[in-house]
Amino acid sequence: MTQGTLLRQITDHANRADPYPLYAELRKTPVSQQGDSLFVVSTYWEIKSLLHDPRISSDARNLSPQAAGSLPEQEEEESALPPAFLKLDPPDHDRLRRMTMRPFGPPHTPRRVHNMRGELGRIVSDLIDGFGDRDQIDLVDDFSYPFPVTVICRLLGIPREDEARFHSWADTIAASLDPDPDQDPGERRRGSQQARTELGMYLAGLIDERRSAPGDDMLSALVTDHSPDGQMTPMEVLSTAALLLIAGHETTVNLITNGMLTLLRNPDVLKRLRDEPRLAVPLMEELLRFEPPVQLLPQRTTLADIDIAGVTIPKGASVWLVLASGNRDPQRFPDPDRFDPDRKDNQHLGFGSGIHNCFGAPLARLEAQLALTELARRLDNPRLVEDPPPYRQNAVLRGPRHLNISLDSCRS
Amino acid sequence: MDGDGYLEWMRSEGRIVIVGASLAGLRAAETLREEGFTGSLTLIGDEPHEPYDRPPLSKQVLLGTASADRTLLPRRWAIDATWRLGVAATGLDMAAKRVRLADGDEVGYDRLLIATGVHARPWPHETEADLDGVFVLRTRDDAARLQRRLTSARRVLVIGAGFTGSEIASACRERGLPVTVVERAAAPLVGALGGVVGQVAAELQREHGVDLRCGLMVTGLEGDSAGRLRCAHLSDGTTVEADVALVSLGATRNTAWLAGSGLGAGPRGIACDAGCRAFDVRGIVTDDVFVAGDVARSPHALFGYQFLSLEHWGNAVAQAEVAAHNMISSSSERRPHLWVPAFWSSQFGVSIKSVGVPSLGEEILIAQGALAERRFTGVYGYQGRVIAAVTFDQTKWLEFYQRLIEGAAPFPPAFPMVDHRAEGLRPVPADFPDPSLPTHGPSVTLSGYSPTDRRVAFTPGRA
Repeated sequence: MTQGTLLRQITDHANRADPYPLYAELRKTPVSQQGDSLFVVSTYWEIKSLLHDPRISSDARNLSPQAAGSLPEQEEEESALPPAFLKLDPPDHDRLRRMTMRPFGPPHTPRRVHNMRGELGRIVSDLIDGFGDRDQIDLVDDFSYPFPVTVICRLLGIPREDEARFHSWADTIAASLDPDPDQDPGERRRGSQQARTELGMYLAGLIDERRSAPGDDMLSALVTDHSPDGQMTPMEVLSTAALLLIAGHETTVNLITNGMLTLLRNPDVLKRLRDEPRLAVPLMEELLRFEPPVQLLPQRTTLADIDIAGVTIPKGASVWLVLASGNRDPQRFPDPDRFDPDRKDNQHLGFGSGIHNCFGAPLARLEAQLALTELARRLDNPRLVEDPPPYRQNAVLRGPRHLNISLDSCRS
Repeated sequence: MDGDGYLEWMRSEGRIVIVGASLAGLRAAETLREEGFTGSLTLIGDEPHEPYDRPPLSKQVLLGTASADRTLLPRRWAIDATWRLGVAATGLDMAAKRVRLADGDEVGYDRLLIATGVHARPWPHETEADLDGVFVLRTRDDAARLQRRLTSARRVLVIGAGFTGSEIASACRERGLPVTVVERAAAPLVGALGGVVGQVAAELQREHGVDLRCGLMVTGLEGDSAGRLRCAHLSDGTTVEADVALVSLGATRNTAWLAGSGLGAGPRGIACDAGCRAFDVRGIVTDDVFVAGDVARSPHALFGYQFLSLEHWGNAVAQAEVAAHNMISSSSERRPHLWVPAFWSSQFGVSIKSVGVPSLGEEILIAQGALAERRFTGVYGYQGRVIAAVTFDQTKWLEFYQRLIEGAAPFPPAFPMVDHRAEGLRPVPADFPDPSLPTHGPSVTLSGYSPTDRRVAFTPGRA
């Protein structure tokens, strides 16, 4: 197969519903050159090793001009904000991530996520109540989409009366990450730009309020916390809040939707989950392996020539780490294309690994566990209306655009 | 070795005895069952408790955030064993294949696994060691006693600033107790990590309010008329008033019970091959006696086939699994124990991790981060190759350096990395103390090339 062909097939929307045979093809060459300056890594151990390699940078400024130019067109946010820690290297990455972690997780705030459990449960119940007595729902629009945004609102401390506005900005920004080919690109960009600006101004105002009257939410902590690293600048708080919103949104939507889709394709597992809710924990890990919401990490680059799997990736090259392919690597996972919630030793790459591993992982796990358990319990005789469902454009944040499910009724 | 018939019989009906009912013993027992051993299994342990986890003893238990009796190791597999707890093994008859117990009983075996571990080296002066207020910390009972005493302590003296001593000092400071640490070397942790990193550890301790006295020894402990510890005398002529003294002078291998057995056991442990089979005193490998955990010394290909003894949690698990597998496998199915040494410690809010054998290092390069920020990765070089690495709050890079060690990568590493600073441009001497000086420090001990090393091995009697 000629250079780049496979990659084009993977990004081609026609293959979105099932990219896994293409990944299997890709794994025949663990590290394959797919463009002048683009290397795609598809096998488990090679991905794992590069995720822990300090010669790999997440800062696009380290790309060679050639590599930067050869990247497929991306709908980049054009914003005046400084890059958030996702796109930075240590020590800046470490400092910002540390400061963001202080009000979110251990060791400083070990109970933040745990304490949200009750509230998450209520949001899930309310959304399912909202299905009413309909005999068909679109899981994406009716459930998966609104749920994580509401959670982030509560986490950041967005006042209830503003949540609706927040949802509408989030929707617009999310849509821009997933361009609809029928829509005018200029119009889409203007819409997204406007949503970003409005969201930014809104958050800036809220940050000011929280500074003078802090609550126990995360935004208040970010603006008032005096950590050993000092305090975040207002711009840093703004870019961090935007990162939490965007990174925590689409990914969780897809995790829940992919989860329900997989359960509907495996009715025996769905039934087990209904009967033994504790299955949700290992099931979640298997889901993160089987259908990871982030299929690949496209924004890494090399600071030095790296020899790996018989290939030398030159300095400054763009490196794509195909997590979803590593998760199906038969060298690591026996019978990898089987969905098996009882799988042992399931060290998947669904949340990445190394210093950039998913910041919100504990929250995402809890959200999706609660959501799937509750959906399994309450939906009576759920059936897929179409399989495969229609998918979003995005090859990186891969997931169905709609997931129509017909049901007999909704239990209370 | 007998033929396949014997192995089949052994796997289904044989008798396996494990001496040592802690981490290595338990994990070996679980592995045996997991791999299909259906014969009889006996675990012998000198402590009365079921297997428990030791790392929390110097951390959460002393802080009072976990109770000493809540540290039982999780069970991964039902082992259906006969437990002989609270009874020490006192002797081994290799010809008759029997283990003697302290209560006079004897237990016969077809295959034996020795995982007796180590005990804390006591304060050498016996009457001083008996003073009320003088402690060591190795067992769950030690930790419970110490924890109770800390609630009323006025000043704690920690003798020896290796990992255990430093962790205890950290826990005491977190409890708000005044702490004096006396260390013979120039800084804490130098035996394990060298002087460059030791200096950072020293600053860390002082910043957290530890009264740290380095380059000194405790020459005597003094009690009051009621036999309670009152003060300690130091080698510079000064006195430290303290009502609790914690002796953390390293560990001694539990091999005294094997004296005269003919097994290659001595103060430095029991020599075994890479497949965990014990050597006898003649340097001949045994067929039926296996060793795992802190008490084992085994040759490591990565480190010039030197015999390493490791007091590492992860090593105990890995070696126990290999030993158990090999005990019930034919020779071609046996696996070598080639674990790359790794350990962790948490103290004064810093997570310290290491891979490889730092104490072999001649030079150290601060490859990422900065010493002054207390967040860094140090790489140790030995004869032009990477031999070890240590991280302070930078755990996630360690895997990369482990691969450099495994691949004998050239030292110093000469490529750009994220978070590479000015001090990472040039290696400096790692500054380990003279290995001929007695030290409590290193958690890795290089103990010579030969399993029949006459200088140390087979000294009968107590270690």
